[in-house]
Amino acid sequence: MNAIQFDATQLGAAQFGAMLPIVVLSATIVVVMLGIAVRRCHRVTAALSMLGVALALACVLPIWLGGAEPVVVTPLLTIDAQAGFYMLLALAAVLGVLALCPAYFAGYAGDREEIYLLILLGGLGGLTLAGASHAATLFIGLELLSLPMVAGVAYVSHDRRALEGGVKYLALSAGASATLLFGLALIYAEIGRLDLGALAAALAGAGADTPLVLTGGAMLLAGLAFKLSLAPFHQWTPDVYEAAPAPVAAYLATVVKVGVFAVVLRLLHAGGGTAAAPFVNALVVLALASILVGSVLALRQDNLKRLLAYSSIAHFGFLLIILVAPGAGTSAVAAIYLLTYVVTALGVFGAIALASSPAGARDRELLGDYRGLFQQRPWVVAALTLMLVSLAGIPVTAGFIGKFSVLVLGVAAGQWLLVGGLLVGSAIGLFYYLRVIGALYAAPPAGSPAPAGTTVAVRWSAGAVMVLLAVLLTLAIGVYPQPLLNLVSP
Amino acid sequence: MVLVWLILIPLLGALLAWLGGRWSSACAQGIALVAMLGSLALSLWLWRNGDYSLTGAGFTASLGVLPQWAFEFRADWIPSLGISFHLGLDGLSLLMVVLTNLLGAVAVCCGTRDAGTRPGLFYFNLLWNLGSVIGVFLALDMFLFFFCWEMMLVPMYFLIARWGQDAPGGRRREAAALKFAVYTQSSGLLLLLAILALVFFHQQATGVLSFDYHDLLNTPLRRDVAWLVMLGFWIAFAVKMPVVPLHTWLADAHCCAPAAGSVDLSGLLLKTGAYGLLRFGIPYFPEVAHELAPVAMWLGVLGVVYGAVLAFAQTDLKRLIAYSGISHMGFVLIGLYAGTEQALQGVVVQMIAHGLSAAALFMLCGEIQARLQTRELGAMGGLWATMPALPPLLLFFALASLGLPGLGNFVGEFLILLGTFSVAPLVTVVAALGLVLAVAYALIMVQKTLHGAPHRVGTLAALDTPTLGLVAVLGLLLLGLGLYPQPVIDLARPSVQAVQHLYAAGGAAVATDAALDTEAVTTGAPQ
Repeated sequence: MNAIQFDATQLGAAQFGAMLPIVVLSATIVVVMLGIAVRRCHRVTAALSMLGVALALACVLPIWLGGAEPVVVTPLLTIDAQAGFYMLLALAAVLGVLALCPAYFAGYAGDREEIYLLILLGGLGGLTLAGASHAATLFIGLELLSLPMVAGVAYVSHDRRALEGGVKYLALSAGASATLLFGLALIYAEIGRLDLGALAAALAGAGADTPLVLTGGAMLLAGLAFKLSLAPFHQWTPDVYEAAPAPVAAYLATVVKVGVFAVVLRLLHAGGGTAAAPFVNALVVLALASILVGSVLALRQDNLKRLLAYSSIAHFGFLLIILVAPGAGTSAVAAIYLLTYVVTALGVFGAIALASSPAGARDRELLGDYRGLFQQRPWVVAALTLMLVSLAGIPVTAGFIGKFSVLVLGVAAGQWLLVGGLLVGSAIGLFYYLRVIGALYAAPPAGSPAPAGTTVAVRWSAGAVMVLLAVLLTLAIGVYPQPLLNLVSP
Repeated sequence: MVLVWLILIPLLGALLAWLGGRWSSACAQGIALVAMLGSLALSLWLWRNGDYSLTGAGFTASLGVLPQWAFEFRADWIPSLGISFHLGLDGLSLLMVVLTNLLGAVAVCCGTRDAGTRPGLFYFNLLWNLGSVIGVFLALDMFLFFFCWEMMLVPMYFLIARWGQDAPGGRRREAAALKFAVYTQSSGLLLLLAILALVFFHQQATGVLSFDYHDLLNTPLRRDVAWLVMLGFWIAFAVKMPVVPLHTWLADAHCCAPAAGSVDLSGLLLKTGAYGLLRFGIPYFPEVAHELAPVAMWLGVLGVVYGAVLAFAQTDLKRLIAYSGISHMGFVLIGLYAGTEQALQGVVVQMIAHGLSAAALFMLCGEIQARLQTRELGAMGGLWATMPALPPLLLFFALASLGLPGLGNFVGEFLILLGTFSVAPLVTVVAALGLVLAVAYALIMVQKTLHGAPHRVGTLAALDTPTLGLVAVLGLLLLGLGLYPQPVIDLARPSVQAVQHLYAAGGAAVATDAALDTEAVTTGAPQ
C-alpha cells in the first residue's frame, strides 16, 4: 500500500495560488450555509452564492491565462492550463445555473435557499475533478459532483415525479460509482499505483491487454459513460432531466458533463495519445450508439426536456471522436466543443426556465405548452430558437463552430465511421429541433389561457441577463471564432 | 470592400426591417425595398465599372494561372484553420447577383399580402435569405461558401412554416418546410464533409491547410477518392437544383410557401445549385465530371421530360409552375455536363430567363389565388372575360415558359441544345422532346385558367399598379434577353470559357487514360 506522501512544507505560494479557486468556493459554501442557518433570506443567499462563484472565477483566470507550468498541489491535485480551462468552464456554468435560480424559485413555497448550497457543492466537485491527478480525488470529485444533485433533482419534493427522478438518479448513480470504484481497484491490483498518470499509462500502454486492466478499464469506462450519459448507459437521463427543475437540468447538462469530461481526457487521452485498441474500439461503439440512440429517440419526443436529454446524449457521442483521434490539437477541439455546448445548453435551459412559470406545479415542457408561445413571449422564444439552431449546428451560431472543429478533426484523423455518424446524427437532429421551432411559431391552440397577441413584458432577472449573454456569446463565437481558437489552443 | 457591402446591405436591411416592423408593415417593407434597390444599384454600378474580360481562354489551373476577378476582397477570418473571408466577382457572379437583387426587390414587393402579423420578422427572414444567396454567389472560400449556403436554410424554413399556407391536399406547411430543411441540411452536411475531405487531401499533398478556392482548384486526388468527394458536392447541388430523383421537396415547398417565398425559391435558390456546379462542382473535378457526364446528362433529360409530364398532370396551378421549373433546370443540367462553350452560355441565359419567368408566374399565381381563394385549375376558367390585364400577362409568361422564340427561355434552351448536339446527339434529340411537352403544359395552363366559361359572375379586381409595373419589368427584361442576349453572353463569356477549358482539359486527361488502358491491353495481349 503506497500511502499518499504529504508534506506540508511543499505547499508554497504557487500551490496556494493554484488552489485558490477551490478554497474560495469552499469558503463560499461555508458562508452560505452559516447564512442560511442564521436567517433565511432568498435574495441574500442567491447574491452571496453568485458573488462567491464570481470570485472563484476571478481566481481561475490567472491560472488559465498564465499557467503553462503545471503546479503540483499535493499528489492529489495538479493544476495546469487544461485544469484551469475546465475549472473556468465549470465555474462559468455554475454561475449560469445559479443565475437562473432566483427568478425560477421566487414563487416556490418550500425552502428556497438550499438549492444554492447544493449547486455550489456540485461546483466544488467540478473543480476537484478538473484538477484531479489521483484516483482518490477523481472519486471524491465525482461524488461531490453528482450526490448533491440527488437532492437537487428531487428539490420540489411535493412532486411525485421529482422524488421518483431523485431516487432513480441516486440508485443508478451509486451503481455507476461502485462500478467505477471496482474498476479502479482492479487496475490498482495489476499496477499497484493510483495516480491518474499511471492509470492513463496502464490504459494506453502495452499492458492493457492483461485481464485485470482490461476488466478494470471496461468498468471504469462504464462508470464514466454513465456520468456522461452515453448509450447504452443513458436510460436514466431523460427521466431525470424531465423530473428535475429547469436549473438543475441545466446543471446536469453542463457542469456534470464538463467535470467528468475533464477527467476522462486525463485518463483516456493523456498528452494527446489515445487509449489502447480495445478501449478505442469500445469508445467508437459508445459514440455510434449514443449518436444513434440520442437522435432516433429524440425524433418523436413531445417533451422538450426529454428531447434535450436525448440531444445531449447525441452531442456527447459527437464529442467522443476527440478521444479516438490522436494528436496534441485534440484537447483544443474538445475545449471548443465543450464551450460552445455549455453556452448553448445554458441558453436553452435558461430560456425554458424563463418560459416556465416559477410557481407552477411543473415546468413548461410539453411541446403543446410551447405552441404559439412566440405571440406571448417573443424575446424568450427568439433566444430559445437561436439556441436550438445552435444545437443543430447551423452557421452563425456557436454550435456550428463546435461541430465544424470536431468534423475537421474527424476527417484529419480518418475516422470516417464516426464522421458519418456525426453527419447522420446532425441530419436527424435538424428534424427534431425544427419540430420544436415550428411549434414555437405555430398558431396557439384554441382555448389557450392567454389570448393571442398579448405580449408578456420582459422581466429583467439574473436569469434573463444570463440568457442574453449566452445569446450574444453564441452569435459572437459563430461569426468570429478566431479569438476563441487563440485562447484554447496551447 | 464593395463586395462586402453587397452582402452587408441586405443583412443590415434585414435587421432594420425587423426593427421597422414595430411601427408598421409599410415601414418594414419600405426599409427592405430600399435595401434591395440599394444593393441592386450597387451591383449595376459594378457592372458599369468593372472589367469582366479578365479570366478567359487562357485560364488553366494546372499551369498555376489563377483565375482573375474583376473585384476581389480578402481578409483573415479564421487564420489558424486557413479560412479567409474571400470574395470575388466575375461576370457569372455579377449576373447572378444582379438577378438576386432584382428578384429580391420583386419578392419584397410581393410581401404586402403575405407579411401578416409580425411583418418585421417576415422581411428579416426574406432579406437574410437574400443576403446569404448573394454570399453564395460571391464566396471564394469554401468555409465561407458553406456558411452562406447553410445560412439560407433557416430563414427559408421560417418563410414557409410561419408565413406559408397549408396546401389544399392536407399537407401542412410546417411539414413542407421541414421536408425542405431536412433535404437541404442532409445534403449540405455531405457538402461539408466533401469540402473537409478536399481540404484535407490538399493539405496532405501540399502541406498547406487552406479553404481557398484558388488553392483547392488544383488538388491532386486519386480517381476513386475524387469520385467520392465529387459526389458529396454533386448531391448537395443536385438537391438544390433539383435533379430528378432528389426533387420531391420542391413541389411541396412551393405549394406551401408565400408568393415572396416562391419567387425567392424558384428564382434564386434553385440557381445556387447550378451556380455551385459551374463554379465548384466541375472546376474542382474536371476529369471525374467527365466520367459522370453521361449519367448527369441523362438525368437532365429525365428531369426535362418527367418534370414536363408531371407539370401537365397537375391540378394545382402553383404545383404546375413548380414542376415546370424541374423541367427547365433539367436543361441546365444537360448544358452543364455537355461542357461546350455554347451550352454553358445557354446555361447562364437559361438560369436568368427561368428566374425571371418563374418569378412572374408565381406572382401572377399569387394574384389569382388572392382573388379566387383557390389555386385549383378546375375551379378557374374564363379569367380572360372576368379580369383585366392579368390574362395577357399570364399568356406572355406561359409562352416564355414554353420557349417561344424572341423570349429569353428560347435563347437558353436553344443554345444548350445546340451546344450539346456535337457532344451527345441522342441526349439532344430526346431533350428536344421536352420542348414539345412544355407546349402541352403551358397551353393547358393557359386554357384552364383563361379560357372556357367563367366560374363566377362579375369582374374581379384588377391588378394594382405596382404589381402590374413589376410584372411588366420582368416581361420586358425577358423580351430583351430574348431579342438581344449578347450583353449577358459577353459578360459571362470569360467565366464560361474558363470552366469550359478546365472541363475540356479534364476530358482530354480521361481520353488519354483510356487510350493508355487500351494500349496496355493490346500490348499485353500477345504475351
